[in-house]
Amino acid sequence: MKRVVITGAGTINALGHCVADTMKAMAEGQCGIGQLEFRDVERLSIQIGGQVRGFEAKGRYNRQQMSLYDRFTQFTLAAAAEAIAQSGIIFSGETAAKSGVVLGTAGGGVSTWDDNYRSVYEDGKNRVHPFVVPKLMNNAAASHVSMEYNLKGPSFTVSTACASSNHAMAQAFQMVRTGMAPAMVTGGSESMLCFGGVKAWEGLRVMSKDACRPFSANRNGMVQGEGAGIFVFEEYEHARARGAEILCEVAGFAMSSDASDIVMPSKNGAARAIAGALQDARLNSEDVGYINAHGTGTAANDKTECAAVADVFGPHADQLMISSTKSMHGHLIGGTGAVELLACIMALRDGIIAPTIGYQEPDPECALDVVPNEARNAKVDVVLSNAFAFGGMNAVLALRKV
Amino acid sequence: MMSVTDKIIEIIAEQAVLETSDVTLESTLEDLGIDSLGLVESIFAIEEEFDITVPFNANEPSNSDFDISSVSKIIEGVTRLVNEQAA
Repeated sequence: MKRVVITGAGTINALGHCVADTMKAMAEGQCGIGQLEFRDVERLSIQIGGQVRGFEAKGRYNRQQMSLYDRFTQFTLAAAAEAIAQSGIIFSGETAAKSGVVLGTAGGGVSTWDDNYRSVYEDGKNRVHPFVVPKLMNNAAASHVSMEYNLKGPSFTVSTACASSNHAMAQAFQMVRTGMAPAMVTGGSESMLCFGGVKAWEGLRVMSKDACRPFSANRNGMVQGEGAGIFVFEEYEHARARGAEILCEVAGFAMSSDASDIVMPSKNGAARAIAGALQDARLNSEDVGYINAHGTGTAANDKTECAAVADVFGPHADQLMISSTKSMHGHLIGGTGAVELLACIMALRDGIIAPTIGYQEPDPECALDVVPNEARNAKVDVVLSNAFAFGGMNAVLALRKV
Repeated sequence: MMSVTDKIIEIIAEQAVLETSDVTLESTLEDLGIDSLGLVESIFAIEEEFDITVPFNANEPSNSDFDISSVSKIIEGVTRLVNEQAA
């Protein structure tokens, strides 16, 4: 088994257009959630979200690219450029032939669906742009990354709702660990903040109208975000040989399926994924200093997640820190685990634990150290990233300081 | 025309896969075997039927300005919303 390290990170989300800005915002406990701005927003009962602002595709991408890049692809390419530049890795020869890109997204080109349905149904048009299909397909972002960076190895897109990115990164990790690929570009992106995307979520009645307050007794639902997080996962010796800066090590992962309910989470399924990740990484529960929670801010998730953590860690649950950065950037659905991995890297590399902002009232069912409202300095050696999706599909990653 | 009561009982019975005669005013949704998803679907059906908006958030059912503790409470709430709409 090879060791796997992260040598590059990139992002764009409601907190910032790069990793440095995003981490700074997380460390300052900034909130990127605000009034949504897009066509027909006045017809929504939910009008807040973690929208990416000031991102102009025009100028960044040419006319031909614009006709092929949905917003989720635009986000992916922006984040991938940052991650691959930081890594310094060049994909050529054998490295290019074996390296690939595995990304997560739940919805793919949602706004492309939305715009074109509007055009044919509402505006009555009978013709759509010829590139609607290649623009909206879920693997479009991964494909464009592969073309842009000459990645010719295993490449595909994973779609497991809110756990998509964690499942994708787990796949990429496995490929590098087994020696199948020297490096993999991985992470995920999502862009559902359009009329149809938010309207669909509204129907489920789990969205908050005012704020995302994970673990707080007065939490009243989730808030959607958008953006991308992209990483370069690389085999340790490969990274060392070229003198790359190592951000942290990916130590292990586990996946589990609740096999119980299409929307209600299961404590047992979550606990099995958490315990499985520790086992896979050959870590003891006492090693874990921080958990980046799934922490959606819904009544059901947060209490179930806390109960699962209490089950797995026993008395150590009261010693570790657990926070949900969704309070700041919103829930990026299929891209969320990727952006949240940045909080894990910040904890390991910089010793800064991102807070759970919007925390107002303790909930006895979430009685853990949720790092309320203000970031904390702490030295941690091992962290976990939780993702528990609708459909009961869970993926947890374990990361370690190098 | 069916009364609000009859219509709501019909919606709830359909959701619970029961005969309307099995649904009483005192029944709770739990008694009838309606889970959280079934509840959200019932509310959607009620909104569509009466062309009203029911203020209900699945995260805080007890804080919602709409009592779902029994069939009669739901009827009361819907009647109020229908009257407010008409006013």
